[in-house]
Formats: sequence, C-alpha cells, structure tokens
Amino acid sequence: MNVELVQIHKSFGAVHANNDISISIKSGVIQGILGENGAGKSTLMKVLSGFIQADSGDILLDGKAVRIGTPSDAIKHGIGMLHQDPLDFPPMKIVDNMLIGHDGGLFPNRREVSKSLKELQAQFGFNLDPEAYVDGLTVGERQQLEILRLLWLGAQVLILDEPTTGISASQKAKLFETLKKLAEQGMVIIFVSHKLEDVEGLCHKIAVFRQGSLVGETVPPYNTDNLVEMMFGKVISLDEKTRLENCEPAVEISNLSIEDNRIQIRNANLTVNCGEVIGLAGMEGSGQRQFLRTLAGLMRPVGGDLRLSGKRLTGKPYHAFQDAGISYVPASRMEEGLIPGLSITEHFILSEDQSGFFIDRDKAVAVSRERIHTFNIKGEPVTRVEALSGGNQQRALLAMLRTPLRLLLLEHPTRGLDIESSIWIWSQLKDRCKQKTCIVFISADLEEVLHYSDRILVFYNGKVSQPLDAAATTVDQLGQLIGGKGF
Amino acid sequence: MLNKSSAGFKFGFQILAIVAALIFTTVVMLLAKAPPLEAYKLIFTGSVGSIGKISDVIVAWIPLLLATSGLLLTFAAGLWNIGIEGQITLGAIFTTWALRLLQDTSLSPTLIILIGFLAGILGGMIWASLTGLLKIYGGVNEIFGGLGLNFVATALTIWLIFGPWKRPGVGSMSGTVPFDNLLWLPQVEGLRMSWWSLGVGLIGIVIVYLILQGTYFGLRLKAVGKNGRAAFVIGIPTGKYMMSAFFICGAFAGLAGATQVLAVYHRLIPSISSGYGFLGLMVAMLINYQALWAAPVALFFAALNIGSIQLPIVLKLDSTLSGVLQGALVLFVLMMDGVRRRLTAKKVK
Amino acid sequence: MDNNTLVGLAGILASAAPVVFAAIGETITERAGITNLSINGLILLTAMAGFATSVTTGSLLLGFLVGALIGAFVSLIVAFSSIALKQSQVAVGFVLALMSRDLSYFLGNPYMGLSGPRVPSLPIPVLADIPVVGVLFFRQDILVYSSYILIAVAYIFVFKTRPGLMLQGIGEQPATAYVRGANVNRLRYIYTIIGGALVGMAGPMYSLSVKVGWKGTITGLDGIGWIALAITIFGGWNPLRAAFGAYLFVLLQWLGLVLQPSLPNIPSQVLQVAPFPLMILTLLLVNIGNSEWVDRTLAGLPEEVRRLIAKVLRAMRTTPPAALGIPFENE
Repeated sequence: MNVELVQIHKSFGAVHANNDISISIKSGVIQGILGENGAGKSTLMKVLSGFIQADSGDILLDGKAVRIGTPSDAIKHGIGMLHQDPLDFPPMKIVDNMLIGHDGGLFPNRREVSKSLKELQAQFGFNLDPEAYVDGLTVGERQQLEILRLLWLGAQVLILDEPTTGISASQKAKLFETLKKLAEQGMVIIFVSHKLEDVEGLCHKIAVFRQGSLVGETVPPYNTDNLVEMMFGKVISLDEKTRLENCEPAVEISNLSIEDNRIQIRNANLTVNCGEVIGLAGMEGSGQRQFLRTLAGLMRPVGGDLRLSGKRLTGKPYHAFQDAGISYVPASRMEEGLIPGLSITEHFILSEDQSGFFIDRDKAVAVSRERIHTFNIKGEPVTRVEALSGGNQQRALLAMLRTPLRLLLLEHPTRGLDIESSIWIWSQLKDRCKQKTCIVFISADLEEVLHYSDRILVFYNGKVSQPLDAAATTVDQLGQLIGGKGF
Repeated sequence: MLNKSSAGFKFGFQILAIVAALIFTTVVMLLAKAPPLEAYKLIFTGSVGSIGKISDVIVAWIPLLLATSGLLLTFAAGLWNIGIEGQITLGAIFTTWALRLLQDTSLSPTLIILIGFLAGILGGMIWASLTGLLKIYGGVNEIFGGLGLNFVATALTIWLIFGPWKRPGVGSMSGTVPFDNLLWLPQVEGLRMSWWSLGVGLIGIVIVYLILQGTYFGLRLKAVGKNGRAAFVIGIPTGKYMMSAFFICGAFAGLAGATQVLAVYHRLIPSISSGYGFLGLMVAMLINYQALWAAPVALFFAALNIGSIQLPIVLKLDSTLSGVLQGALVLFVLMMDGVRRRLTAKKVK
Repeated sequence: MDNNTLVGLAGILASAAPVVFAAIGETITERAGITNLSINGLILLTAMAGFATSVTTGSLLLGFLVGALIGAFVSLIVAFSSIALKQSQVAVGFVLALMSRDLSYFLGNPYMGLSGPRVPSLPIPVLADIPVVGVLFFRQDILVYSSYILIAVAYIFVFKTRPGLMLQGIGEQPATAYVRGANVNRLRYIYTIIGGALVGMAGPMYSLSVKVGWKGTITGLDGIGWIALAITIFGGWNPLRAAFGAYLFVLLQWLGLVLQPSLPNIPSQVLQVAPFPLMILTLLLVNIGNSEWVDRTLAGLPEEVRRLIAKVLRAMRTTPPAALGIPFENE
C-alpha cells in the first residue's frame, strides 16, 4: 500500500504543531521520521493513526482519500501504530490481549488464536507463550506482541513511535531484522525516533521535522552533521565537561541487597565522592529505579549497608534520609513531585522547615518571587503547578530543593524537556556539585548519561556492573552492557 | 450576555439547582398524594414560627455544625469519614459513662459536665482512630471501615440501653434513666437551647476555618489530600497527618455526641447521633468544602429537619421528606456545577 | 445431616439470592471502571417500589420490572454525573444512597405493613426428589434459580466472551481499549445501567420473597447494600468469588440466629452486627498486602520468613481494576 499525506495542518491553541506537511511513502519503504521532542512528529502520526483529526489536509491510501476518525478506523484501513508505552492490558493473558478489539462471535476460539499467534511468530523467531500474562513480559516482548497483533489484524502500514527506548540490544537487532523483512513483503514501515543512529541504520529515507514543519527529506548515504543541523537548526555545543577535584567519600554502599516483587539486586557496592555525578543506565525495569529509591530511603534494603558521611542510614525511615541531606526528584512530576491544585508559593512553603504555627503569607510570596526569578520559572507566585509547562515544573521542583544537600537523586531529570531546558537544568545541577553535593541519576538517554556522569553503573535484570569511567566509555560499550553482554 | 466565568454565572446555576431540587421534591410529594404547599408551609412555620421553634433549630444546628467542622478537616486530607456517625455515638456513650460514674460523687456538677465533654471528645477520637488505623496501616478504605464501625456503635448503644445501663425493671427504646437537672447544660430560660453549646459550636467552626486558611498544618493537610504520594516525597509524614485529621474530626464528632447527651436528651437513646454525621457530609459537599459557608448552610439544614417534625402529625407524611429535599439539593448542586463547568470549558476551546 | 439443618441451609441459598444479585451487579459496574456507591439506598427504594407496585397491580412481574428500572435509572445518574459532568462518583453515589433511602421511607409510608403477594415456591420436578441435593437446591422459587443462572452467566460473560474481555479492558486500561475500538464511555454507561438493574432486582427479591412486605425503617434492609459493596471487594471483582462472599455472609447471619439460644450471655444485637466487623476483618486481610509499611517490615526479616509471609499475603490480596473510579477522556 502507498501512503500519502497531503498538506496536513494541525494547531493546538496557538501552537502550530503540523504546518503544511506532505509526505509520500511507497509500498516496501521504511520511512524514518526524525526530530526532537515537540517537533511535530507525534502529532502527524496521531493524525495518520486516527487519534486526532487534522485541521486540514488529506490522507491518501493507494491514491484514494480516506477519512480516519478513530484508531480502530485506522486499523480497518490497514494502519497500525505501535506506541512508545505499549498499549496493552498487563494483568491479562497474551491470548486475551490479542482478542480484545478483534471482531468475531460471542465466544472466541482461544485455541485457534493461540495457533495463529504461534504460526505468525515463527516467521520472525519470536517466542511468546499465549497463556503467559502480559505483566510478566519485558518492554521488548510487549512490543513483539503488539507487532504480531497488528499483523494478525491485517496491518499493511506499521507506525513505530520511539520503539528502541527501553529494549535490549539483542531485542533491537531482532526488531530491525523483523522490520526489514516486513518491508520486503511490501509493507510500509514508519519509524519515528530522535535517535540518529537508529534512523540511519534502518531507514530507506528520512524526513526531518523541526518546530512543526517538515524541514526536508534525505536518502542514503546519510550525512550525520547534516541531519543534526536539520533537526536543531543550529549546531548545539554542550558545555565542556568540568570535573570537580574529588574530595572525601560521601556515600558508601556496601553489599546492598534490594528486593521487591519484580526484581532482586544482590550485593551492590559503590562509593560516591562528594561532588561526583553517577549515572544509572539500563533498560527500564532493570533495577535502577529500586536502587535509586533505596538510596532515597523510600525502600528498605533486605541486606547490606548504606552510609552517608560515615553515618549509617540503613533501615531508617524516609524523613531521616531527608534530614541527613538527601533529596529525591521523581520522574513523574505530577504524580510524585508536585501537588495539583496548590500554587508555586504553597509548594515552596511545604518544602521549607516549619517555623511557628501560622504561615506568614507576605514573606512566603516574597521568597516565591525571588525563586521564580532565580530559577527562571514562567509563572506567578499564585500560579497552580498544573498550569506550568513540563520544563517549568521541573524548574519548580529544583527550586524546592533544600540547600545544602549531601546527595541529590534524580529520575529522568530531562525527560520530555526541550534541549534548552535540559541544558539549563544540568547547569543548575552542576552548580550543586560545586557545592559538594553528590548526584545519582537515572536516564534512558545514553548521551545524557555519558555526557554528564563522572562514573556510570549499568543495570541488567537486577545485576549491577562495576562503575565505569564515563570519559573512557563509548555508546557502543554502554549499549552492550545494557543489553546484558559483559556482566 | 453574562460572562461565563463570572461569579454571577456561577450563582445563577446554584439558584437553578435549588429550583430543580424544589421541583423534584414537589413532584415526589405529588406522587405521594400530599399537598406540597401546605407541607412547605408547615416546614417553614415549624422551624421559624416561634422563638421556641427557632431555639429548637439552634439545638439541632450545633451538633450538625460540629460534625461539619470536623469533616472539613478529613475532607481536606482527602478522606471520606463516613464513620462519623459512629464517632458521634461513641462520644455520647463516653459522656453518659462519665456522668453515670460521677453523678453520685461529691464533685461539683460543673466539673462533672466538663469531664463529660472531655470524655465525649475522647470517645469520638478513639472511634475515629480505629477507622484511621485500618485505613493507614491496613489498607481498608475508610468508607467501609467507617460504615462497619457505625453499625457496631449502634449495636453497642442498644446493648448498653437494654443491658448494663437499662432502666430499673426492663430496658426500653426510650433510653437510659435521665440525668439529674443539675447535670444538664444550663439552658436559656424557657427554651431548649443553651448559650454554652452554641458557643462551643461557633468556636469550633472558627478554629477549623483558621486551621485551613492560614496554618502550616492546614496547608500540609491539603497537600496530603490532593496528592498523597507527592506530599510524602516532599517530606510530609502523610500517615501522621491523616491520623491527625481523623483524631480532630473524631474530637469534633465526640463533642457533638456529648452535646446531644448534656444539652439535648440528658440520657443515652438508641439513635443518639440523630443522623447529624451523614447530614454533615451532605452539608460539606453542598458548600464544596468551603468552611466559610458551613454555618449558614448547616443552619438551613437544621431548620429543615426541625420543620419536618410536624409532618407525620399534621399531614400523615413521613418526616424523611426533609432528607429527600436535602439530598435533592446536594445532588442538583453537584450536577449543575458539572453542567456549568462543561459550558465554561466549551467556551474556552 | 438432619432435616432441620438441611432446610436451614436451603434457606441460606434463598436469603442469599438478593445479595448475589447486588454483589454481581456491582461487580459488573466496577469492572467497567465505575463505583456505584448508591446501592444501599437503591435496595431499599426498589424493595419499597417493587412491593408497592405488586400490591397495587397484583402483578409480581411488574414489581420486579419497576425495581430493575429504578435501579437502572439511579445508576444512570451516577454514570452521567461522573462521565458527562465530571463529578466525584463517591460524592454522587453517597448522596443518592441517602436520598434513595429517605425516598423509600417517605413514599413507602402508605404501604407500611400491608400484606402483599409473594413469589411462589417452584420445586423442579424430578430434581426436587433427589435426596439432600433436591431439598437444598431445587425446592426453591424462581428467584433462587435465577441467582444460580446469574452466577454462571456473569462468570462466563466476563471471562469467556468477547464483550466480556472488552469489559475487563475498559476497567483496566481504557486508553488501550479505546485504541482497540471500544467506545469506552458508552460501554461504561451500559454496564452501569445493567449492574444497577441487577441491584434493582435485589430490592423486590426481599420485599416479595425473602422478607415479604414493607415495614419502613424496621424492614431491616438498611446496610445490605454496604455489605454487598464490601463483598465486591472481597470477591476480587470475580462473579464467582462474589457469590461465594454472599453465601458466606448469609451463612454467618444464619449462624448468629441459630447460636443465639445457646449463647444467652451474648446479646442478640452483638450477633446481628457480627457480619460488619467480619466485613472489616476480611477487607483487612485482602488489602493489608498492599500497604507500604508491610513491605518495609518484611524487608527487615530473614529471607525464609519474608518469602513465606509475602506468599500468604499475595494469595489473599485482591487488586481492583486499574482504572476504577478514574474518568476516561480520549484526546
């Protein structure tokens, strides 16, 4: 099937998310869609897969204009989309997941579905048990399940949104192999990503998006510098890495064992010197989150020791960790970080030590104004946090941190932020390091991990690597470890 | 054309909701072949028709206001303290207990009354803490924990009245033996109301208003209610704050129960809470959890309750009509609020 | 087993029929992601309305029809307020619970103490003559047979049919269900109405069969709906387990009555409310494994003990549909 998008426009309020986009993709082509967050690539894919309607423009399939009103319309037209967070039903069986949304009689024939699933997956070398529950699968396996399901429903166009985030290197290799095979069979593959390496390695042609517009299309051989310039409009240079002269050890982790119902970590060891930055890498769900939350005092380790400047914290409650100078900034800003319904000022009041019984509102507003200025937050003291943009919410969270801090723990500190905000956030964090604060952070972005960390720990299925010197590590090495090789 | 986000627009919808509730109640009365106008008139004269009636309304207002005040704190902490009925009941039981123990001693009546109040507060707090512990440490939703404990409290009252505390001879539904006049809270000459309990009720709502409006404690409570996970990560001990909300609400409920014994019934009766706990939940919902409106709306609900007492006698109607009207008011105000929000949201898009 | 016990146990199956209807009705509604908190008042209102209808018209069928219609309508208000008006399900459900109760007392006033029709017993030929089993299961009325059928149908529907899988889907991951072609909110309306109609049948089942008549506040039905809500949780949103919970509850009530004469020291009021503390206790057992402090405490224990306790807790635990009570909006 040939897919054509003609002069697509889509606005959200004042934001022109898709400005006159036209793309044509022939049957059998793997089309790359490249751009940074907010460039408009997701909007276009949502239009094509029926999530949202374009303000104007046409979708042509094999030259015929079609109207796609809902995601289920899209699949009826043969367009299937694989979302970044797999859209499935975790507490249910794989076979039931296949069945939901599949038309047919009242009583589905599970055995037949299992059989066709097995036949289908044999083509690609996948190995899913139809009777297994989805919440026991890795992200990569859930992705495989979704691909199989869409093929089973007769998809001829497959859209993949950032599919290489959170899967292992071997799963990625298998995914690419599968996509190439599908293209050979005449399918259209649309591969959306902000990762140059992935797009370059896979796609037959690449369309680059920036600020809602299609900047241009290129075909192999690709010129990386050219692609970067198209993506960002200018060449962005990250500030030079500055490394603080190490001082005495601040955090000592010895034989730490952590356990929850998903993962087990055994005997992790690490010493963090003050002012040092440690990056935690690994595919999502490999144990890095549990490790970070244990350092924060939110989880209690089942064994081992945790010391901050020689003081033992193991088994102490969360507030003792806070009092010792440890702070934690969670990834889900609106769920765990901020309180919707309360203003910026009220957040600052909550994060302060209480003095007296009644709140001095005037003083609080004055403090709030000052911090809003210092941290460059676009909002007023009375603005409710849910009205702030993601970048400003992250700034507000940083503004709430106490000073001084011994240890700062962050989960995905720049996820979903534009590049300027990210750079600003890291400049703030580096300032903290100069004041001898240690930083331990999780990120799925390998560039971020390599660039900002002094040392790196890689997690794989609960196993923890030896600390790696970031300066002497390459993306490839890191990728191998994340995929479980070399432990 | 009215501005859709204006206060006038909002007020208009509230008026609309009240009209809708009145129409609904009228239809219900017509279904029951009752004369609506006469019934409304009876409710009106039955509540404000004389000084005596007004004083009765105030007598009902005080425990309702106390219950509402306490509930504003649990609502602020995001908790549905449906167990408040049982907390009022336990307050009344503890007060009765204290009075029974002390009535034959040589302590001065004033002191005994004071101890009675304190015992009531304690009883309410104990009962509230059970719901709180179940919620915070056992994961039992406070709605179910509270409801179960309400039934237990009622059973406890009946058991006491027909068992250990029964009247000489045989126990009866009219309750325990009334206390001596000396142990009554001083009343206004010729009326049933008491300045003392009125004072307690008004001070209560003012305290709650101040807590929620301007204190660290109030702000933290709201943080816990709006997003407990984030509040915990920020460093607020959420469990402690939820427990505090339960304790304070229990204290208010216990105080309401004590008032029922010391100022109204002067004994323990089977339905000592008079349903003021559930009614307090309705008041809190109706005023959208804003402390400023608690006193007037609670007064209005108390007037409806007192006004409908005459219904069975004069018109052979069940007095639950007031409950129907109160329920309809809350329901339509909630729904009209939704309609208004919908209209405003459309406009913005 | 002597005949008295057998008749008593058969009585349990009969008295549990309305509880089965209410608990399964609520289970279906909650599976779709909506909590209908109004059912306590709803059972009272439909008991009164069903009885009044049957007394006036002489038709039992109409009594049940009116019950189901009222149940469906009141539940529709809950769904509408939640889905279209974005109001709290708990608030609206609670107001409706109180208001329906007051309405039943107000409107039921003229029907107090009247004698009315009763659903006749309908022994099933042949099956009724089987020893033990016949007395227990097949000398009941049509309502009890319906309750057996409801349990089976609800179970098969939820777990074995295509629409049942989608029902699970909209309660777990509405966004995914939408992508798979479900009109999530329309389905939520439909299942809330169906669940409400089933709850609405429970009322007339009392007033026309289990406890014939309408006696206002002393009818003794106030509280059944709250128990049914708790049974829904206890049942882990599974119709089979919910039915088991209903039978357990009625068995406890019956034991209370049976044991009364032999335990004169325990006042009757205590035994009558025994199901409520037991309800709290069971909720405690199925929920305590979800508490954070349990995880913390467990982490401090030696490995074998920790594993064992964790296993027991996991076996008892029930988890609600992930999207229960959360409104859904597609982009």
